[in-house]
Amino acid sequence: MLDVAVWRGTTEGSFEHFDVPRSDSQTVLDVVTYIQRHLDTTLAYRFSCRVGVCGSCAMKVNGVARWTCRTHVSSVAGDGHLEIAPLDHLPRLRDLVCDMTPFFEKWTRAGGAFVPFEPPETTVKRGFAAIDPLSQKRLEAEAGIECIGCGVCYSECDTVGRLPEYLGPAALNRAWTLTNDERDGRGASRLRAVAGDAGCHSCHTQMSCSERCPKRLTPAASIAGLKRASALAALRGKL
Amino acid sequence: MTHPSRETWLWLIHRGSAVAMLPFVAGHLILMMLTVRSGLSAADILGRTQGSVSLVAYYGFFVLFVSVHAALGLRTELAEKLGWRGNRLDLAAATMGLLLLATGGRAVWAVYSVSA
Repeated sequence: MLDVAVWRGTTEGSFEHFDVPRSDSQTVLDVVTYIQRHLDTTLAYRFSCRVGVCGSCAMKVNGVARWTCRTHVSSVAGDGHLEIAPLDHLPRLRDLVCDMTPFFEKWTRAGGAFVPFEPPETTVKRGFAAIDPLSQKRLEAEAGIECIGCGVCYSECDTVGRLPEYLGPAALNRAWTLTNDERDGRGASRLRAVAGDAGCHSCHTQMSCSERCPKRLTPAASIAGLKRASALAALRGKL
Repeated sequence: MTHPSRETWLWLIHRGSAVAMLPFVAGHLILMMLTVRSGLSAADILGRTQGSVSLVAYYGFFVLFVSVHAALGLRTELAEKLGWRGNRLDLAAATMGLLLLATGGRAVWAVYSVSA
């Protein structure tokens, strides 16, 4: 049996204990699902794909933010105890469910939308953009493009905790991939969006984001790239 | 979020002042070790520093870089820890920088001008 402590409530609340049977290849999401289906149907949590694609099921497990669908119980609960809580730095809606709105609003503020450098009809006439797969910019974009928006990095980032307006690792990582996208035309205005007083320069390079990213991305490197790019733009008088 | 150009310049100056301080810190440590190991008294040291333009230039620049770097670092801490923003934040950082510059400059001037 597993002794599982699950956060119940919103900002105010407490941990409730459940006994959950162990099984082979059991994930933390399996544990939460078992509780909801067999022990307390009022438990609120969020999941979708169950295979590490959608990024919906991130929670704090024994104090560390993780994607629960790809986290085996055997890897985190050697002593038979699990503590499951919602992600940090986001409004708690109920039990294990956070409001992700601030997280994605920051993607928008950081210029997270692709803005083509030419009208779509021109692209249609000219044909697909030919991007060298080994070009430096393509490799930089490649390094960060697989983000699934799970919010693990955001929850683990101490700077977000201290400076709530800080855009956070995921939004800045997204901005860096677009900065390196040769089809994108936003240019210096995106750098202006990420270089203000709660942007990339607020990062202390503690690298919790890179340490915890379940996709093994390195948002800290993306943020360093934005620092370099914005600094060069400032030196050239283009920021 | 505001002032991307100003924030980027302040970040550059903060990092630049850190890099600029490196040789000064190394030189200062080496100088201190040599001074202590050679057994010089305070009077001996002041006798050598008095009237030394190169020493004033060395420590003058050192104090300048420290003042800038510390003030900008404090500015970040005040923003994060106390949530200060705007003029209050800039005024506090500038005050700290000027205070360090004044006290550091006074110390440099003292070893330059005071006779042993």
